[in-house]
Amino acid sequence: MNRRGRMILFLLSAAVFGGVYLWGLKGLPPVGHYRGPYGDVLNQVATYERHVTDIVTAVNFDYRGFDTLGEEFILFMSVVGGTVLLRRQREEEKSEHKDQALSDESPERQAPEPSDATRVLTLGLVGPLVVFGLYMVAHGQLTPGGGFQGGVILATAPLLVYLGGDLKKFKQITSHTLVEVAEAAGAGGYLAIGFAGLILGGAYLRNVAALGRTGMINSGGTIALINLATGLEVAAGFVLLLYAFLEQTLEIRLRGGK
Amino acid sequence: MSFFPYAVAAWLFIIGLYGIVTSRNFVHLVICLAVLQSSTYVLLLSIGYRVGGTAPVFAGVPVGTLAVDPVVQALMLTDIVVEATVVALLLALALQLHKHANTLDPDKLKALEG
Amino acid sequence: MSTLAPLPVVIPLSVAAILSALNKFVGRRLSEALAILTTIATGVMCGELLLQARVQPVIHWFGGWTPRAGVALGISFAIDPIAAGAAVFASLLVLAALIFSLHYFETVGTLFHVLMLGFLGAMCGFALTGDLFNLFVFFELMSASAFALCGYKVEEPESMQGALNFGITNTVGAFLVLSGIGLLYGRTGALNMAQIGRTLGGNLDGLVITAFVFIMSGFFIKAAVFPFHFWLADAHAVAPTPVCVLFSGIMVELGIYAVLRVYWVIFDGPFAAHRWDVRALLLAVGSITAVVGAVMCFGQRHIKRLLAFSTVSHVGLLTIGFGVLKEGALAGVALYVLGHGLVKAALFLVAGLLLHRFSSVDELELHGRACRMQATGVVFFVAALGLASMPGFATFLGESGIIDGAKGIGQGWVRAVFVIAGVLTAGAVLRVWGRVFRGMGKAEDAETAGAKKIDEDRETNAASHGIPAVMFAPAAALVLLAVAVGLMPGVKRAVRTAAIVMQDRTGYQARALEHAWIPVTPAEEEHTPIGKGLAWSFGTTAAALVLAFLSLSPYWPSKHVLARPVAKTVHLLRAIHSGHVGDYVAFLTFGVAAFGVVLAVLIHLR
Repeated sequence: MNRRGRMILFLLSAAVFGGVYLWGLKGLPPVGHYRGPYGDVLNQVATYERHVTDIVTAVNFDYRGFDTLGEEFILFMSVVGGTVLLRRQREEEKSEHKDQALSDESPERQAPEPSDATRVLTLGLVGPLVVFGLYMVAHGQLTPGGGFQGGVILATAPLLVYLGGDLKKFKQITSHTLVEVAEAAGAGGYLAIGFAGLILGGAYLRNVAALGRTGMINSGGTIALINLATGLEVAAGFVLLLYAFLEQTLEIRLRGGK
Repeated sequence: MSFFPYAVAAWLFIIGLYGIVTSRNFVHLVICLAVLQSSTYVLLLSIGYRVGGTAPVFAGVPVGTLAVDPVVQALMLTDIVVEATVVALLLALALQLHKHANTLDPDKLKALEG
Repeated sequence: MSTLAPLPVVIPLSVAAILSALNKFVGRRLSEALAILTTIATGVMCGELLLQARVQPVIHWFGGWTPRAGVALGISFAIDPIAAGAAVFASLLVLAALIFSLHYFETVGTLFHVLMLGFLGAMCGFALTGDLFNLFVFFELMSASAFALCGYKVEEPESMQGALNFGITNTVGAFLVLSGIGLLYGRTGALNMAQIGRTLGGNLDGLVITAFVFIMSGFFIKAAVFPFHFWLADAHAVAPTPVCVLFSGIMVELGIYAVLRVYWVIFDGPFAAHRWDVRALLLAVGSITAVVGAVMCFGQRHIKRLLAFSTVSHVGLLTIGFGVLKEGALAGVALYVLGHGLVKAALFLVAGLLLHRFSSVDELELHGRACRMQATGVVFFVAALGLASMPGFATFLGESGIIDGAKGIGQGWVRAVFVIAGVLTAGAVLRVWGRVFRGMGKAEDAETAGAKKIDEDRETNAASHGIPAVMFAPAAALVLLAVAVGLMPGVKRAVRTAAIVMQDRTGYQARALEHAWIPVTPAEEEHTPIGKGLAWSFGTTAAALVLAFLSLSPYWPSKHVLARPVAKTVHLLRAIHSGHVGDYVAFLTFGVAAFGVVLAVLIHLR
């Protein structure tokens, strides 16, 4: 179909679609007047039952922990999928050594060197970011945060090393095999905690660890443990994804930057 | 004003679809898909909002305080991770497409007609 | 509470994680062995769940969060016989695909098996869950694995284009579903399907209609129903063979399953007084899908694309079966899914075998080249008969169930759609058999002249001179199974019992939310006369054979006076299938808008 036909079909359909959607939205309670039982019940009982103060994390890792397991595996499968899709073909493997030599010789085919300001800022931030990421992961059951949020922050630390240096330095600090194993360990850790719930408590992902005192960092039982496993998996997963993308982009650049 | 966030959600969905239909570059198209996905965030969060409610985090705040719905926030976290991963996969596909076909323009790809 | 219930999801995912960690450390053999063992174990577990569910549906609350006063706090698995059956079927097809890819298929370390196991775990979770958002999460997990598997052959730009078309349209569909889920959550404040169904009660208003249209459209995109079907042919043309087997065999059928589940648990209450409006929409859409798919199928020369369009056509028939909204037809749908999945998987495996031996799946290029592959030709021929719903196949049981159900509500005309779809799709496959395995016909042909030749790269390591047993055996086994199920006594009755359980909304809610013990009562014996259905099905098969031989013979009327308008319509239809993702999404928007308007108008007219 040519562009005009497509546009006409789409604009007419979108107008009707919008009408239908708005008609459906009219049936919702007005914004600001949430009515349903689910959220209110959880707000009341979660702190007493699980000794955590961040109810969103409790919902994510305990009440609806199976959803989060699925979501973590979506991330896992996407990282594996990204690695498969961005894999180097055999011709690229063979010419790798040739290109390495070339890239050292021809400066106009390389990316420009980062400036001193970039280098200072990025490398200076790596340390605080790692600490902040770990803090976010560990305190998920107390304040907003948790495995996913903290894990992403941790994953940006190697990215900053790439921005302040180059791909070689990035590869030096992230051993691909180690990160792969770490990611699998994080995902497997979540599953293993669930199995503990099945074996000890009769239901998968039942919270069978000691619940601790509300407000302390070791509260929440398995919630704290799942937090750590998730943080590990998310951080490792995003580093792997970055690795795959950066390698491919370098590959394109070395081939003449099309 | 109490319907406005819902209308924003509907608008984001439609504008995302418009971007996808008229796009000439697959990377731009994937970002339009991300815009479409953000319409679900707005929808979910507006459903869970409560006027005068605080965040569902009771650190330092007594448990009976009026709070917004924690469930939609948890759903949104899942939603964001799903979006990020789908975008990553689609961008990987776009990258390989560019490498082998030398173009990112949907109009120029004629291999799968009929 | 059943401790077996979470295992069909958790075990494949665990092994996938372990295999991924061992990526650089283990060889191909160990990876294949682990994957196959896991798949067999999953299939056995799902089979055990099926046996348990036939007595009383199995409920498992994750985290031990049982509902309080009718409010579900956690996520549940609610496993009735049809759900468990779908999971068993998924395991069977993954097993066939994994056996096919033994030894020859180009794997990327252990990562191909990681993706396949993730896909299997996601499909099991999708079938077994009782929570609406959990359904969405497993839908996305299925999609993530599927996108990567579809774009597996990264050297071909067509592969990337096909995978992008697949990925973009299905992601829009997923977010349509999520918008519908949001609407339902706003109304009912619940995410558990039983609780939503109970809270919605019987009131039908704009929100419920819109939520139904969004959720149904989103899943119909996955199921490749017209006008959301365009991505399927593109994805199948480029995906590797084991992946095509799974896509056509179970993945699109799970889209139909999801709409069935959501309709019968949540929406049948509000729509009970307006069943005829829903019926009208579904029967119309199903018929259009069936005919469009069948016509496009006949004009293809790329064998996998031809089979993909035949899948579209048969999904249209499934939609018709769903649209009848009666348990006899629902049982027919389940049997048809089984029968069609088995023969379609076998056909794709044979196509993969041809690709392995001859590096091509183009019908015209392969003209006469497989004449010496006798046994393979037999398998291909018999599977094609199954597509025409010849009596003796599970597809015949399914078709007769659907048509009897349709006649019961006065819509006997759907038989005509079944005949058209059967004749054209089976005719096309039989034509391929004649040309490739028998050398009939010319190397150039009128009706496929408009189709483009799509180059397909090899997906296996080296061409062999024989027929590898690992590739032939699964295809033959699947076809034998299709016939076995078709001839086994008592199958129809057992599936009708399962269908009645699936349609029992209040029973589902009581079992899920109150732990009620309501054992399954078997359906009564059916005494419908079978003679007319037998005659029609034999007739369809015969007509398909005639069509195939006619199209290969020099008597094909390409200059007949009727040929011009037919050719023009086919040409227009082909032009719409442009391969451009913008077109696909435009049609998608049109489809959702049309469904919404039609349903709203029909309901308000009463």
